[in-house]
Amino acid sequence: MLLEVKSLCTEFPVKRGVVRAVDDVSFEVSEGEILAIVGESGSGKSVTSLSIMGLLAEPGHVAGGEMTFDGKDLVHLSEKEYREMRGNDMAMIFQEPMTSLNPVYRIGDQIVEAIRTHEKVSKKEALTRAIDLLRKVGIPSPEARVRDYPHQMSGGMRQRVMIAMALACNPKLLIADEPTTALDVTIQAQILDLLRRLREDTDMAVLLITHDLGVVSEIADRVVVMYCGQVVEEAEVRLLFDNPMHPYTLGLLKSIPRLEDDDSKRLYMIKGMVPNPLEMPPGCHFSDRCDSCMQVCRERMPELVQVGDHKVRCFLYEEQDGHAKDAAEVKANEEKAREAIEAAREVSTAEALIEGDVAREAEEGGADER
Amino acid sequence: MSKKTVLATQGAAGEVTNSQAQQPVEKRESIWKDVLDGIVSNKAALVSAIFILLLALIAIVTKLVPGILPYDPYEQNLAESVQGPSAAHWFGTDIQGRDIFSRVLVGTQITLVVGLAAVAISLTVGVLLGAIAGYKGGKWDTVIMRIMDMMLAIPSILLAIAIMAALGQGIEKAVVAIGLVAIPEYARIVRSEILAIKENDYVAAARVIGDSNFAIVFRHVLPNALPSIIVRATLGISSAILDCAALGFLGLGVQPPDAEWGDMLGRGRNELFRAPWLMIFPGLAITLTVLAFNLLGDGIRDGLDPKSRKR
Amino acid sequence: MLKYILKRILMVIPVLLGVTIIIFFITRVLASDPAPVVLGEHATAEAMAAWRADYGLDDPIWMQYVNFLVSAIQGDLGTSYYTHTPVASELAARFPATAELALCAIIVASICGIALGVLAAVKKNKLADNASMVLALIGVSMPVFWSGILLILLFSATLHILPSSGRVTPLLQPTGGTGFFIFDTIAKGDFEALGDVLVHLVLPTVTLSLYSMAIITRMTRSSMLETLNADYIRTARAKGLAKRSVNVKHALRNAMLPVSTVIGLQLGSLLGGALLTETVFAWPGIGKFAVDCVLKSDFPVVQGVVLLVAVIFVFMNLLVDIIYAWLDPRIKYGAKEEG
Repeated sequence: MLLEVKSLCTEFPVKRGVVRAVDDVSFEVSEGEILAIVGESGSGKSVTSLSIMGLLAEPGHVAGGEMTFDGKDLVHLSEKEYREMRGNDMAMIFQEPMTSLNPVYRIGDQIVEAIRTHEKVSKKEALTRAIDLLRKVGIPSPEARVRDYPHQMSGGMRQRVMIAMALACNPKLLIADEPTTALDVTIQAQILDLLRRLREDTDMAVLLITHDLGVVSEIADRVVVMYCGQVVEEAEVRLLFDNPMHPYTLGLLKSIPRLEDDDSKRLYMIKGMVPNPLEMPPGCHFSDRCDSCMQVCRERMPELVQVGDHKVRCFLYEEQDGHAKDAAEVKANEEKAREAIEAAREVSTAEALIEGDVAREAEEGGADER
Repeated sequence: MSKKTVLATQGAAGEVTNSQAQQPVEKRESIWKDVLDGIVSNKAALVSAIFILLLALIAIVTKLVPGILPYDPYEQNLAESVQGPSAAHWFGTDIQGRDIFSRVLVGTQITLVVGLAAVAISLTVGVLLGAIAGYKGGKWDTVIMRIMDMMLAIPSILLAIAIMAALGQGIEKAVVAIGLVAIPEYARIVRSEILAIKENDYVAAARVIGDSNFAIVFRHVLPNALPSIIVRATLGISSAILDCAALGFLGLGVQPPDAEWGDMLGRGRNELFRAPWLMIFPGLAITLTVLAFNLLGDGIRDGLDPKSRKR
Repeated sequence: MLKYILKRILMVIPVLLGVTIIIFFITRVLASDPAPVVLGEHATAEAMAAWRADYGLDDPIWMQYVNFLVSAIQGDLGTSYYTHTPVASELAARFPATAELALCAIIVASICGIALGVLAAVKKNKLADNASMVLALIGVSMPVFWSGILLILLFSATLHILPSSGRVTPLLQPTGGTGFFIFDTIAKGDFEALGDVLVHLVLPTVTLSLYSMAIITRMTRSSMLETLNADYIRTARAKGLAKRSVNVKHALRNAMLPVSTVIGLQLGSLLGGALLTETVFAWPGIGKFAVDCVLKSDFPVVQGVVLLVAVIFVFMNLLVDIIYAWLDPRIKYGAKEEG
């Protein structure tokens, strides 16, 4: 196993208390695997990745749990040891290619810096390697482009440069935090192609952080769904898309518009809002927004349990002792959850119709007065 | 399956309402409350505000009831000339034997009047010029801003000195000189704020409704520039006080026997080694007053722009 | 880049022309007749008229301006009403004193200001930050002349370790040369005199640099804090760079962009402050000269001083703009709008 995260907790002390941005998160990434972590903003997915890289902004810190990378314990690593690992064994690319490169240095120099931080090579040799890297990530005429400044390149090109820089020391793990979010759809596809190809060529593992299920379905091998700092479901990508179990996952997939949708119905929306991290509901964090919420969900936090090929955190599938329910009951509850969501959708469609009528009447009334 | 499938939850809808709350109208109503919050929530600014109120009180009381002072600040008494601080004369006496403590207290009058009046001049003229340049654009903008650039090319204290040299001494002239040299700063702030918000939807909407240009500037645009103007004006008072003291120190400020802190300092200069109290107390008064206005300005800025807090 | 520089130089011309108009307006239109002041109130009307004719003050005002401008371009700034010496040569004799002081002050202010600002930003909300910020606040609140006087009281009157006035002990004064005493004494190898010159420079330099240092400290701090939050800083750390090299190589270089502009602007307030500092320390520069002449309405000198200072200020800012463009490739390669 390349990366093992076990019961990771990351906390941010703020004025009014302590925000636990990552709460008991566990997952694994094996060599050459692409694991996607999916969640809304505020779900703790980015903080998880920064915890692994040891790049948390003050005053955030890892409050508990274990992280093992390539046999090394990350939690107790000294800053110097961490530094030697960052950019070398594990590298990271970020969401904003426009601002992630230093505007006052040539891109070639920035890649050279990444190489020479970890390897004792001459400037000239490093530059040759930088040119090779740029070629590898598909930048045309790299010999000329190494002398460019970031502002002379487009967003997609800059993200390629970021990837080239991350690849500088042949990392075993690439953490990609929303690598395509800021890019146009066609450029997104190119960058995803590039990541897939690099994985095949180099057997580098990728930890992909995203909120975009489309990206996940295209590239990931396995998916971890996070909600409010916790893992709520984990499964192989096909399994998750074909057979989502947790009501949150189900809701996410239902809220994607599809061609075969019935146009007379409204698109499903998960009701309510992500709770304030300092005022989490007691019990399951998702309980207030869940269409299948039961009494027990408001009282206790479900465990993440293995149910068939999934890991899921929900009392629909868990006996209250932390074990999975039997297969028949799981099947029945899956059906129930799906029905609950359909029912909620009917209600919201009806409400929208009524609202539309009211609005139209109000408008006509207003017109009369004028 | 669609390529761009972003999570759609009602959290996003919540953000939309939030950004609608950023409407200018609401901002206008709460701006003075924000100013107050900024002062109250910041201890240094609160102490400064109290100190400034105290200075204002001293200025008013000594003006209305001069008898309250321990000594007549203008009465010469050569027998008591250049006495060190004592129980009778807390801050000592000056060359003419006048009580420095009384003169420092009376000095609040000129300092505050000059500070406020000079800022009033630069504020009025600067805001007007900046508003015209920013809103009209084109030729107006070029001409006004070029003149401002020219004024900025001369260090403000040097320009003020030159104006004083031409006008002659006197407190009103000092006010004019200090007020004139600060105009470009306000003009620049207002212009850039206006350029930034001119293209906003609500200004376009006002145009569509048919508001006249000046109505638009005064009703819609200026209120949005107000936060920067308030902060700048508060800090502007402190630089006006510094400029006033500098003119006084150089002997270009008030006419004798008026008590002005910079002037008192300047006149004591030849006695520096013999009688340092001639300079220490007026200087302390200037520094504390300027410090108070600076802290107040910082506090107000924090209140108006929480992002800058503790930055 | 060359085009950019040329364009900036061309933009300087109208500004300087405007400065001549402003200063001419102040001293010839706004000011009252200098004749009674210069000749004394008991001078006869004929004597005053003759004096005015001498100085061309009875010509139509536009002609006075044209004459003034034409001679100013040729380097002739008129003659003093009192000493009848050419203003230009008077200024040339005193300019090195002011320039030496101002250069020392801006160097001290920049180095200390940037160092304190970086320290404050890196140690945000810790003791070093708070101390720097208090220092900066005091620096912007103290009148130049008062801090100068306090320094004299402490180091000259009480401790007797630093001189309180003048540029050099008269016996050691270098003669001939450039007038820049540091340079002259080094050129002559007279290290006793060099030491004396440096000792005399300490208090005026500290006094004059205090305000600018405070402004530069504040600007550097806020600019550093902004860049430390930038995405490319996280990228640099993700590469595995050490904190120090991230701070210096990546953050400071970017943070210096706005700071360099502020340093250029500070030069203006520094030249203004030199007026006061020179008065306090009896420093024989153009500032003290100007103050003396203002008090007796010697307008040609006032004009000359203001014009000289404005020219220096404008060209220094031009230099800063060019340095800025050199620091920021976005300007050098024309991505940002010029001007």
